[in-house]
Amino acid sequence: MSHLAPHIGTDDIKMEPTRAGFGRGLLEAGKRNEQVVGLCADLTESTRMIEFAQAFPNRYVEIGVAEQNMVTVASGMAAMGKVPFASSYAAFAPGRCWEQIRTTICLNDRPVKIVGSHAGISVGPDGATHQMLEDIALMRALPNMVVVVPGDSLEAEKATLALAENNKPSYLRLAREKTAIFTTPSAPFEIGKAYVLHEGTDVSIMATGVMTYQALVAAQLLAHRGIHAEVVHVPTVKPLDADTIIASAKKCGRVITVEEAQAAAGFGSAVNELLSETWPMPVHRMGMQDRFGESGKPEELLRHFGLDAPHIAAQAQDWVSRMPQYHR
Amino acid sequence: MMQLTLPQLEQKANDIRMDIIRMLEHAGSGHSAGPLGLSDIFAALYFHVLKHDPKNPDWEERDILILSNGHCTPVRYAAMAEAGYFPKEELMTLRQFGSRLQGHPERTRLPGLETTSGPLGSGLSQAAGMAKALQIDQNHTRWVYCITGDGELDEGNIWEAAMFVAKENLHNLIVIVDRNNIQIDGPTEQVMPLETLREKWEAFGWHVQEIDGHNVESVIDACSMARATVEKPSLIIAHTIPGKGVPFMEYDYHWHGAPPNSDQAKEALKKLRTLNGKIRSEHE
Repeated sequence: MSHLAPHIGTDDIKMEPTRAGFGRGLLEAGKRNEQVVGLCADLTESTRMIEFAQAFPNRYVEIGVAEQNMVTVASGMAAMGKVPFASSYAAFAPGRCWEQIRTTICLNDRPVKIVGSHAGISVGPDGATHQMLEDIALMRALPNMVVVVPGDSLEAEKATLALAENNKPSYLRLAREKTAIFTTPSAPFEIGKAYVLHEGTDVSIMATGVMTYQALVAAQLLAHRGIHAEVVHVPTVKPLDADTIIASAKKCGRVITVEEAQAAAGFGSAVNELLSETWPMPVHRMGMQDRFGESGKPEELLRHFGLDAPHIAAQAQDWVSRMPQYHR
Repeated sequence: MMQLTLPQLEQKANDIRMDIIRMLEHAGSGHSAGPLGLSDIFAALYFHVLKHDPKNPDWEERDILILSNGHCTPVRYAAMAEAGYFPKEELMTLRQFGSRLQGHPERTRLPGLETTSGPLGSGLSQAAGMAKALQIDQNHTRWVYCITGDGELDEGNIWEAAMFVAKENLHNLIVIVDRNNIQIDGPTEQVMPLETLREKWEAFGWHVQEIDGHNVESVIDACSMARATVEKPSLIIAHTIPGKGVPFMEYDYHWHGAPPNSDQAKEALKKLRTLNGKIRSEHE
């Protein structure tokens, strides 16, 4: 497909953390709109808010280690016409401050952008306390909330610019580790849109965030085994792109979802909810299976918890061999 | 808004109290003690201190009033109705299905509310965010007022905000603590001691005043003093009597979250109308 980067599945693919794309996007958003402000809870460098903070010191607010205060101050700033991006590690925001987000941002309908960096088990050596896995579930359950999980740094940059203009409470989920840049600068990104990145007919692998790259590599592995997997990249978990998801599900007749988060109540559950009410069919949710992560190298952890390309390919192969194709 | 004289303000506070009793009796649920205790402060704010326009609630030059302890919203609804934001008859829809007057205040439903509150401890930091935005915009004509309960000072979020406001020297923010000494489970000093409260705030870098929260002149003066204080953010500890004006409710924490029944409401209105027997009611 034209919007995919070259060298997918090889060591030559370029790598960069999604948070780096956010850093560039926020800086650009700040240049475009002087109402954009940044708030951070003592993690300015690692959340990549630092470029914005240095360029616009007067519009940058250092909150200290106080995430509840960060999101509520952001709510107040939004009330006065600011466009606040409030950033910490996802384990702390939204992890530490869910009720404040619920009441003062979602129910109160203020367009605060919560930016949760270092989400997922790929955080690595820091271990389970810092590997946020429940944030997608926490955020997508909230009325008015938009949930975006970019697949790579280019998309994170585009998503940041889009969120600066969507005028809605929003959650942007980012990762710590360098991951493959599988999109291209000209690839489209629109909040609420899913993208078919690889066409197939045997099984639809739907992935969100950096897991999409693993799904693309899995599709290559499956092709060698004569299985034609479709890969749907779903960077917006809420609102879900029902048309694209239903179309791919109908075309393939069986679905696998992949996310670097708890399988319970997360992205896969959202897909399941949609399909069970429209085109019921077998959906296998890959993600963390009701357990916490642990310390280790990111790639080691993805392998251990079954979230790398070989595991996705194996699951797809099993699903294809065991499940009939529904609605075909 | 036209500013009322002191006797008019005292009368207005009494009107607000009678509104509160009627609303809560009609609703059959809600909080009595806090709203009654705050009535003088709300009369002072809505009819003297605040720059606002009931006919244009989104006026861009208005002062902001955040009610952090959202459960006291009946006093705000009553003051808003008295000021002309909406007809007084609408007060009788409090807590009913379809009403703009939700049990806890929701900004998106009623023009003139500045935020949605109820879960305690997060109003001060929202007010801080508003004050910070005004500071960034170099706006020196608008003020942000925030009312908090005393029980809600148990919340960590409050003290996070206290540090932040002092750090940023948001002297365009004025906090009034409703120090009525009760919370749901009993007296604050038994549930979770707050004292020495004044010294706590001073240690956090705030300019602190203590006033009689039932003296409207004191409320007005303290707000003036707070606005004139620029080297620190200002906090006013307003000592109030929970249930003020209705003798059988005063000082009794059981009235924190309870409404009067119809006999109690009748008795309460009589007490308010006669200023506890000091004057003869024309209704008798």
